[in-house]
Amino acid sequence: MNMNTEAVSTSASANLKNAAGEYLTFVLGTEQYGLEILKVQEIRGYDAVTQIANTPDFIKGVVNLRGKIVPIVDLRIKFNLGKVEYDEFTVVIILNLSGRVVGIVVDGVSDVMALKEEQLRDVPSLVTSIDTKYIVGLATVEDQMLILVDIEKLMSSQEMELMDAAVH
Amino acid sequence: MTVDMSQFYEVFFDEADELLAEAERLLLGIDIEQPDTEDLNAIFRAAHSIKGGAATFGFMDMAEITHVLENLLDKIRKGEMKLTGEHVDAFLAAKDVLKMELDGHRHASVVDQDQVGDVKMMLKSLSEAGDVAPVPKAAPVAEAPVAVPAPAPVVESPAPVAAADIAIDIPPGHQVFNVALPEITDKDLSNIKDELALLGEVSSTQQADKRHMLTLVTDSSQDDIISICSFILDPDDLVITVGGAPKTETPAAEPVAATATPLASAPAEEPTSDDGKVKVHEEVGYGLFAEDGKENEEEGYGFFAPFNPHPDAVQTQLIGDDTALTAENSGAQSTTQVVEDKQTVVEATTAAPVEKRTQARRESDKPPANAETTSIRVGIEKVDQLINLVGELVITQAMIEQRVNALDPVQNEALINSVGQLTRNTRDLQESVMSIRMMPMDFVFSRFPRMVRDLASKLNKKVEFVTIGATTELDKGLIERIVDPLTHLVRNSVDHGIETPEKRKAAGKSEIGTLTLSAAHKGGSIVIEVTDDGAGLNRERILAKAQSNGLAVSENMSDGEVYSLIFAPGFSTAEVVTDVSGRGVGMDVVKRNITAMGGVVEIRSALGYGTTISIALPLTLAILDGMSVSLGHSLYVVPLNLIVETLQPRAEDIKTVTGEGYMVHVRGEYLPIIALHRLFNHHTDITDPTKGVLVLIEADGKKSALFVDRLVGQQQVVIKSLETNFKKIPGVSGATIMGDGSVALILDVPAIIQMGQTTNYITGASTFSQPSYPAILNTANA
Repeated sequence: MNMNTEAVSTSASANLKNAAGEYLTFVLGTEQYGLEILKVQEIRGYDAVTQIANTPDFIKGVVNLRGKIVPIVDLRIKFNLGKVEYDEFTVVIILNLSGRVVGIVVDGVSDVMALKEEQLRDVPSLVTSIDTKYIVGLATVEDQMLILVDIEKLMSSQEMELMDAAVH
Repeated sequence: MTVDMSQFYEVFFDEADELLAEAERLLLGIDIEQPDTEDLNAIFRAAHSIKGGAATFGFMDMAEITHVLENLLDKIRKGEMKLTGEHVDAFLAAKDVLKMELDGHRHASVVDQDQVGDVKMMLKSLSEAGDVAPVPKAAPVAEAPVAVPAPAPVVESPAPVAAADIAIDIPPGHQVFNVALPEITDKDLSNIKDELALLGEVSSTQQADKRHMLTLVTDSSQDDIISICSFILDPDDLVITVGGAPKTETPAAEPVAATATPLASAPAEEPTSDDGKVKVHEEVGYGLFAEDGKENEEEGYGFFAPFNPHPDAVQTQLIGDDTALTAENSGAQSTTQVVEDKQTVVEATTAAPVEKRTQARRESDKPPANAETTSIRVGIEKVDQLINLVGELVITQAMIEQRVNALDPVQNEALINSVGQLTRNTRDLQESVMSIRMMPMDFVFSRFPRMVRDLASKLNKKVEFVTIGATTELDKGLIERIVDPLTHLVRNSVDHGIETPEKRKAAGKSEIGTLTLSAAHKGGSIVIEVTDDGAGLNRERILAKAQSNGLAVSENMSDGEVYSLIFAPGFSTAEVVTDVSGRGVGMDVVKRNITAMGGVVEIRSALGYGTTISIALPLTLAILDGMSVSLGHSLYVVPLNLIVETLQPRAEDIKTVTGEGYMVHVRGEYLPIIALHRLFNHHTDITDPTKGVLVLIEADGKKSALFVDRLVGQQQVVIKSLETNFKKIPGVSGATIMGDGSVALILDVPAIIQMGQTTNYITGASTFSQPSYPAILNTANA
């Protein structure tokens, strides 16, 4: 057990070194999250989606993004955060993850921040709905905690059910 | 001038590929008793073109084979040898070897050198066997045509117009070209001189009639000169002759009159130069045009006639007679300016064929030039991109149309008219773009005659091969993928379908079996059929075999169901496993491939009369004819080719089994009802089949009734993959974008039928008997 924790913390520290960079911060419920800005393709409003049969409820469906069929995931449903409402203020962040285009629904987009290594902290082992392995680290910005997510790892994970099992 | 030849390899490979295919087609079609000279010539030309190309690119192995092949062909062509079946076999074998070598160069695949050697030996021995009076190998090609010598001197005639007394030291490897220019401005003249100066040393002389004569010493070829001059002048107005290295400085002393005699004598002596010319001609490698040689020379004559304005100009001669030449040369010089500068005899003789070659080439270049303008090779990804873009355009256009239709038609008349125009143009554009990818089925069919011929002779069967509808067009992607399944089916038909001649005779049929390959458009799909008039499928044997293989079968299965058992993996009823087929591997692959292409396979057979295997394929993979149906607020698209009919059932047509398992009774058939909203857990207000619509779908020979809210309309949709950014969803084969920009899912009908059978989606056992289906329950109770 001890060894495990150690292993996690060392690898997290190693992650932190690479984690410095620019982040797009967004809000889910009351929490601030950040994801690597280079993964973001565009930000747009929430449009009508086409539901897909027999998929988990956090997969809202697919939309037509200039001729591409793009799946939309509501992270608020996935992580049980915030009130799930769809109005003109609902924001979809369109991500480009190694060529695959995926949209995520969030409560709002706040800012783009440049984070330095010294601002980053390791994540303690916790039980959360986001597995800590998808969290790169934590950052403190103006007394607020920012949760930095490895969005590519998260979105391609099995539990997001966004990709065929064969992809893994 | 060194050019990186490798950049042209692909062109050569493609061309050689086509030529080989063409040659094979001709060979198979040839009537051995009375071969068509045109066909023989065409085969010969193909072989020769490949030889020329291969030699140019340094593929000597291919050049060697084609050379031997060509010799043999030439003898047959000229009637020196009679065409036999043996020859055709040898030619076909040679074609295979060439193809192998071609692939070897192209894909670095293995080339079986033994086979190459065998074929070469076979061709050689055939060639020699028929040689009554053996002809040296190199010569025969060129021999016939060049034996028409008369026009040659005339071609030469403008040459001596050339050049004044230029005493240049000609470096080794260089040649003297005399370029007679038409009347041009001084500016053009100086331009040409400047350009030509890039190639070598230029000097010019003005003729009496204001025309200029340029003398160029260069190591470049005549073609280079022509191409440079063609920037400024029409190349047809140029007369270029080849001089040689200076040999003797013959003083210009003799009177004009002296020239008359040698000139007149030139034609008479001409024939003596024959042998020399043949040689040259062959070396140059333009024997391809040999059969047109005569004609070309004559054309050359006509061509040069206008350039004979100097009757006093001296004829340079092609004669292998030193004295004559000298005499003539001296004459030439004495006539004043005209000196065909110190030509050696040998070089003079060279001049003629080179000149003729240019002529011949100019003429013969025409067909290829035309061919180039009528087709271009384009990367498939470019075409696909174009198709995608047009797909987007069509969607955008539909959106605009929809918005415009909502406008007041009186106020916006002009706009509405313009949009109407746009609609038509977009449709036309889409159609034309889609047709780029379309290829005739001949592309596939053409490879079978050979295969059937080989197979039949291997199996000692007599098979007549018939193709129907070879011009039917199909998407290139599908064409490529249909080859393997079709090959397998054709093999099967020859091996198992068509019986041996003895058996056929005993059965009262003609000894020669018929194998028909047909393609035709039917609705939105193309139907390809492999039909044989052989033994037919034996229902009993298939059933027995299926039982022993442990497949679930019953005596009551319909013929269609029984026949489709042969698509089961590992299924073969062949009594003997041959090396052609019968191992039972393959039919399942055939079926799988065709299903993957969105196609459907069907078997029709009558014992003793033959079998037809029918493949229905969508015309293209990118566009689908669909019926959009609504379910709640969503739209789904059902591929139209899988819809049998649609109906609104009456309550009394809905039946149940043990209170579940809902079925609809349609014209004597009981079909399971698959409720789409249940299958997809989709909310809808219409849960009673009598209030909605049943779409009868059929796939893999199984029918079901798909229960949806209502039909929306029929339209062509562009298929988009869900898997690009998402994943495969059971029951959904893809998505499309509707006119309003929203996404609709395309239903995977075979999968839905499958799902309907394997799960309780239809009945939802525990929930179905809830009041949601009161009508059905009532019916069931009634």
